[in-house]
Amino acid sequence: MAIEFKPSPSLPPPQNSVGAVAWIHKNFFSSPLNIALTIISLYILYLLVPPMVQWVFIDATWSGTSKADCTAGGACWAFIAVYFDQFMYGLYPEAEYWRVNTALVLLIALVAMFAIKAVNKAMLAGVIILVYPVVAYFLFAGGVFGLAVVETANWGGLFLTTLLGVVGIVASFPLGIVLALGRRSNMPIVKSVCVVFIETIRAVPLITILFMASVMIPLFLPDGMNFNKLLRVVIGITLFSAAYMAEVIRGGLQAIPKGQYEAADAMGLTYWQSMILVILPQALKLVIPGIVNTFIGLFKDTTLVYIVGMFDLLGRIQAANHDANWLGTTTEGYAFAGFVYWVICFGMSRYSMAVERKLDTGHKRK
Amino acid sequence: MTDRNMALAQLEPGEEAIIQFTDVNKWYGEFHVLKNINFSVKKGERIVVCGPSGSGKSTMTRCINRLEEHQKGQILVDGIEMNDNLKNIEAIRKDVGMVFQHFNLFPHLTILENLTLAPIWVRKTPKKEAEEMAMHYLERVKIANQANKFPGQLSGGQQQRVAIARGLCMKPRIMLFDEPTSALDPEMIKEVLDVMIQLADEGMTMVCVTHEMGFAKTVADRVVFMDAGEIVEANTPHEFFENPQHDRTQLFLSQILNH
Repeated sequence: MAIEFKPSPSLPPPQNSVGAVAWIHKNFFSSPLNIALTIISLYILYLLVPPMVQWVFIDATWSGTSKADCTAGGACWAFIAVYFDQFMYGLYPEAEYWRVNTALVLLIALVAMFAIKAVNKAMLAGVIILVYPVVAYFLFAGGVFGLAVVETANWGGLFLTTLLGVVGIVASFPLGIVLALGRRSNMPIVKSVCVVFIETIRAVPLITILFMASVMIPLFLPDGMNFNKLLRVVIGITLFSAAYMAEVIRGGLQAIPKGQYEAADAMGLTYWQSMILVILPQALKLVIPGIVNTFIGLFKDTTLVYIVGMFDLLGRIQAANHDANWLGTTTEGYAFAGFVYWVICFGMSRYSMAVERKLDTGHKRK
Repeated sequence: MTDRNMALAQLEPGEEAIIQFTDVNKWYGEFHVLKNINFSVKKGERIVVCGPSGSGKSTMTRCINRLEEHQKGQILVDGIEMNDNLKNIEAIRKDVGMVFQHFNLFPHLTILENLTLAPIWVRKTPKKEAEEMAMHYLERVKIANQANKFPGQLSGGQQQRVAIARGLCMKPRIMLFDEPTSALDPEMIKEVLDVMIQLADEGMTMVCVTHEMGFAKTVADRVVFMDAGEIVEANTPHEFFENPQHDRTQLFLSQILNH
């Protein structure tokens, strides 16, 4: 008779490999080099942090009407407080701020609805991509339902930055997908058009494209035919970002094993079905870090619009720095701009990590 | 190829062929991978294709649903010629299921979604009906309790059984198996072969590329042996194993059976 096999019971891990003390030991003091690095880092933090806290908070002045009121020796946040509305809305008329705010709240509410299970996701995406922009445009520009007209030249500040960033991101993403698929196409004409487009755009700095959009295009257009400078700039930024996006997505497409394409083909899916249902969901998930990289890059690149005479957040801050009442507040202005950009970009990055975790079906060992 | 084997690979007059290869040639660049393949499969027939690696057996099988294109000759599947006509290719692929060596399940979809994808999008089956059918096939391959898991959570043998069920969900007239057990641990090979044997017993037309000679002996109506892009020998399993005609076949059999 065979001997019966009984598996041994599972035992808990050794005491010193779990818990806070073990964690600190492992991460800070595990070797002489590690101990030295920990001590040096603590010393550098000691040198940097207290003076910074002193400048930013303890010695700071929070209210006042000119630089002369800032006497405490710290940061002069009064400058930001006075100019805050302009930094946010540019020269948008104060009585109409609510229109910008409404559009923002509406967008946040719509995006938040993705979290609700009962909502039809495809329909919601359709509303956000097709209906929302129209509503937002008329809210911003006015001219309907008794809303006062606000020229796009007056749009500015963080409002303009966000507008350029969001429109650029939303429009460049699908365009990038199409370009990436086109570049991998078997059809020679489609392929060459995509290759030429991507390589041309990538070979040119964004500033050149913005100049083209704002200065040169009007020269080529016939007399009397002209379209809005903001629109031209948005199109320029979108095309620029789409070229980068296309290459990121192409990287994802190449990482999908050939077997996935074959399995999709073998079951009779058409080209577009297999791309939309099988290949792209996997490819896009793989390159989320690269996509978000491009989004963040695009968001920060929008600051270049000051070159063509548009005043986004950074442009407004720079303009305010020339105010005779507030000379010498450049540091505060740039610190504020840096803080706002950091909050938004860090937010995008954290959000993308959450999306990655949510979409992870690989069940690989952590 | 001798005239005798030629005759075996061909049909008797009056028989209904579901797959018909006539003088099929294919090249990868300069490399002549399929040389004058003449071969036909009757409805309900179970064919096992074997041969050393690089002999063109996978390539031949993949020509049947045009995952590979042939450059010369004619392939008729279910009376439809495989050529550049996309409509023809899509029509054939609906009716030909395929199981791959590496399963090729879609990792971003659950098991159930893997099975219902093609019925819903290609056959336009209503979602509820497609799910019921999927559960039916999952039960047949004894894996229904895993329907809402993702492929990454299943063992290789389970994944391959899901892949077979996925093929069956399209109600195919022909099933192609491209080395379905080659990537599996020995303990899991049997569970996949059992499903395939069950399928064979139900009269499915099957073309299997495999090294499982036990499967060939019990299930196949004919065994096709390929080497260097040619069909060397095609015969009933009994004749093939007991009385191989070619020295190449004898060498191959001695190598795989006596190790």
